[in-house]
Amino acid sequence: MTNSRVGYSIALAALIAAPFFIYPIFLMNVMCFALFASAFNLLIGYTGLLSFGHAALFGSGAYITGHILSKMGLPVEFGILLGTATGAAIGLVMGLLAIRRTGIYFTMITLALAQMMYFICLQAPFTGGEDGLQGVPRGKLLGVVNLSSDLNMYYVVLAIAVGSFALIMRTVHSPFGRVMKAIKENEPRAISLGYDVNKYKLMAFVMSAALSGLAGSTKTLVFGFATLTDVHWHLSGLVVLMTLVGGLGTLLGPIVGALIIIALENKLGDLGNWLAAATSIEWFKSMGESVTMLTGLIFIICVLAFRRGIVGEIAVFFKRS
Amino acid sequence: MNTVAEQKPIVDNDPKTAKKALEIRNLQAWYGESYILQDINITVNQGEVVTLLGRNGSGRTTTLRAIMGLTGARKGSIRIGGVESINLPTYKIAHLGVGYCPEERAIFSSLSTEENLLLPPSISKTEKGMSVKEIYDMFPNLAERKASPGTRLSGGEQQMLAVARILRTGAKLLLLDEISEGLAPVIVQALARMIVTLKAKGYTIVMVEQNFRFAAPLADRFYVVEHGKIVETFAASELDSKMPVLSELLGV
Amino acid sequence: MEIFGIPWSLMLSQLLLGLVNGSFYAMMSLGLAVIFGLLNIINFAHGALFMMGAFFAWMGLNYFGINYWFALLIVPVVVGVFGILIERSMLRWLYKLDHLYGLLLTFGITLLLEGVFRSFYGVSGQPYQVPALLSGATDVGALTLPNYRAWVVVASLTVCFATWFVIERTKIGSYLRAGTENPKMVEAFGINVPVMVSLTYGFGVALAAFAGVLAAPIMQVSSLMGSNLIIVVFAVVVIGGMGSIMGSILTGLGLGVIEGFTRVFYPELSATVVFILMGIVLLIRPAGLFGKEK
Repeated sequence: MTNSRVGYSIALAALIAAPFFIYPIFLMNVMCFALFASAFNLLIGYTGLLSFGHAALFGSGAYITGHILSKMGLPVEFGILLGTATGAAIGLVMGLLAIRRTGIYFTMITLALAQMMYFICLQAPFTGGEDGLQGVPRGKLLGVVNLSSDLNMYYVVLAIAVGSFALIMRTVHSPFGRVMKAIKENEPRAISLGYDVNKYKLMAFVMSAALSGLAGSTKTLVFGFATLTDVHWHLSGLVVLMTLVGGLGTLLGPIVGALIIIALENKLGDLGNWLAAATSIEWFKSMGESVTMLTGLIFIICVLAFRRGIVGEIAVFFKRS
Repeated sequence: MNTVAEQKPIVDNDPKTAKKALEIRNLQAWYGESYILQDINITVNQGEVVTLLGRNGSGRTTTLRAIMGLTGARKGSIRIGGVESINLPTYKIAHLGVGYCPEERAIFSSLSTEENLLLPPSISKTEKGMSVKEIYDMFPNLAERKASPGTRLSGGEQQMLAVARILRTGAKLLLLDEISEGLAPVIVQALARMIVTLKAKGYTIVMVEQNFRFAAPLADRFYVVEHGKIVETFAASELDSKMPVLSELLGV
Repeated sequence: MEIFGIPWSLMLSQLLLGLVNGSFYAMMSLGLAVIFGLLNIINFAHGALFMMGAFFAWMGLNYFGINYWFALLIVPVVVGVFGILIERSMLRWLYKLDHLYGLLLTFGITLLLEGVFRSFYGVSGQPYQVPALLSGATDVGALTLPNYRAWVVVASLTVCFATWFVIERTKIGSYLRAGTENPKMVEAFGINVPVMVSLTYGFGVALAAFAGVLAAPIMQVSSLMGSNLIIVVFAVVVIGGMGSIMGSILTGLGLGVIEGFTRVFYPELSATVVFILMGIVLLIRPAGLFGKEK
């Protein structure tokens, strides 16, 4: 145990020092998605439930926070708390409906419900439709910390991310977490042991939803906008990919996956240009603009050849040696 | 009615010319990580009826499934009619002339009785199998219920159907897994008569049977399976002298 | 004549439009159900292959002068073969795994296909001419019937019911039904099940492509046309269940009609009504309307 304590302390120290070396907006972007992916992983990695609709939870947190801060002028803490609560509430409704089916039907239901959310956000007046919510102010946290400074914002986001991650870790290792794991491994047996399996699934779903909403809220705060991209099914797919690349069911996997995917997204344009120059094929320039294509390709490669993800493969490697 | 004792088995015992119907050597088989068959050695001549005896879980059903290629990994040698089949996929093994009647019968609920009967295609260019008329003569119940969904038949009728459908295909080696299980004594007797008839027609049969009283009078030879290995083998004529050993091994 | 304040002729034309959408829902959910039955995989790529069908029809016309009628015959075959290649090279490795991986793989294929088409053609729709034979409208009593849309309904229903007939009433269909129930046993009878699986996937995908060609003159041919459709089809499939061929067809048609009427009475709800119905069905009858839970 002390080994990982040392590891986490070093990582924390690095994160505290990081914004002085790396562009803080990039780091905050990664942290938001690391939180989102970790929240998603709580479901798939530990309960075995694949949700393809998590963008609805992320996006609703993003929109609510955006609306509260820009249109209603409430303090930042309210924005974040209500964003989280919205995620939880929508998660409750989605979960109640989706859990009535198992396996692949569950996944399809989450996808369909999230799409419904997308259309609601498209049509609802308060979301700003195709333009979304722009110019969301950061304000002052608790009236004291001025979040307009990127550095201050960074440390707040870091606190949120670290706190959430600690919460997830605690949950996974708690009795509740062990029941979830039992459900994932052998649901019929868990039922025969007397566990109200649906209740546990729903609780896991709501927790995952709340943290996803929190991630969305934080993202709005960092970037100052909430748009339809935040509720689009592509985003649902992206968070699945991050978790897959990093390692389903591992604690660190989603974080690693988020880092890689966000970094790749940012550098994709450069990659495309380099390939175009190197091979004189102009088309690579437009490939560079296509996150979609790259995402699809990585999905295919991961599913066929790399299912354990980076952290998963490392874990197996260490177990063998 | 001819009893087994009066029938002369149509067996070609000349080792120089006869291809064994089935020859299994050093067969090992796994289901995933579970090591089920450890060392199976079985020989069946053309026209013989051979019974696999053993306790539940000893590996008898797995042996039949392994012959069909329905287990996980397999090692060793399985020769069907002289052809090595250990590396063949299941559908090619069927085409070597094998008909398989599984323990769970596997009647398709989304097919009618007649569709179930007609489903297995002809698998041999040389062997013709029984015609539909012959089958309906042998099993008139099936003719009556031919339009009903297959699983609406009674247990005994489903068992008849499960065997009947592999008789049409031209398969000459029949693998029958627990066909008397759970059936009324009247039906079990009918099945016994059916096996006698099939044997007279030259079919080779490998049976897995819990019901000792059903199997004993029908078989030419016996194998006893325990923990995935063959521990005893003897001919029908030795049955009486082997009874003490059998009671110990099987609790008969 | 008016019903609920809406003219009768408007109702009928909305009914037809609803049937048109319903035909697409029916064909797509039929293909999904057939593939899911045998392969146990939800083919997310169904939408992208629908899009590919429409695009190939458009490309055929604009690059090779292949007219609509030839496209209707050739494009499904081409896309079907493409589907078989996908199945042989990628899907077959996933059969032993949790079937979530099948969804993830086909999701990846969707993104890849959409990304490729978008990189060449962008997101704006390409127009495709209604074939001359079917242009215009016919007067049928009180109603003016747009010829092409009527054709879409007729063609789809024919294909759907032909598929139903082959699956439920023929020998080939009995192999598919048996294989859906117990593929190992069907193989033990000597049938080359792996080939059957490939052909089934190819057929399901060809259905999607056929729908795509039919859709080309109606919807704008764009890289996005498949994904919005497929997500609605998922809802259709949850409502109807995937165990019954006829169930999939009827549910698709019915939902298309309901959606069409919603567009008349509550246009704001038309994009989400199918999802709302899905929620209701989940509350009342979780196994689906025709569900045989798998």
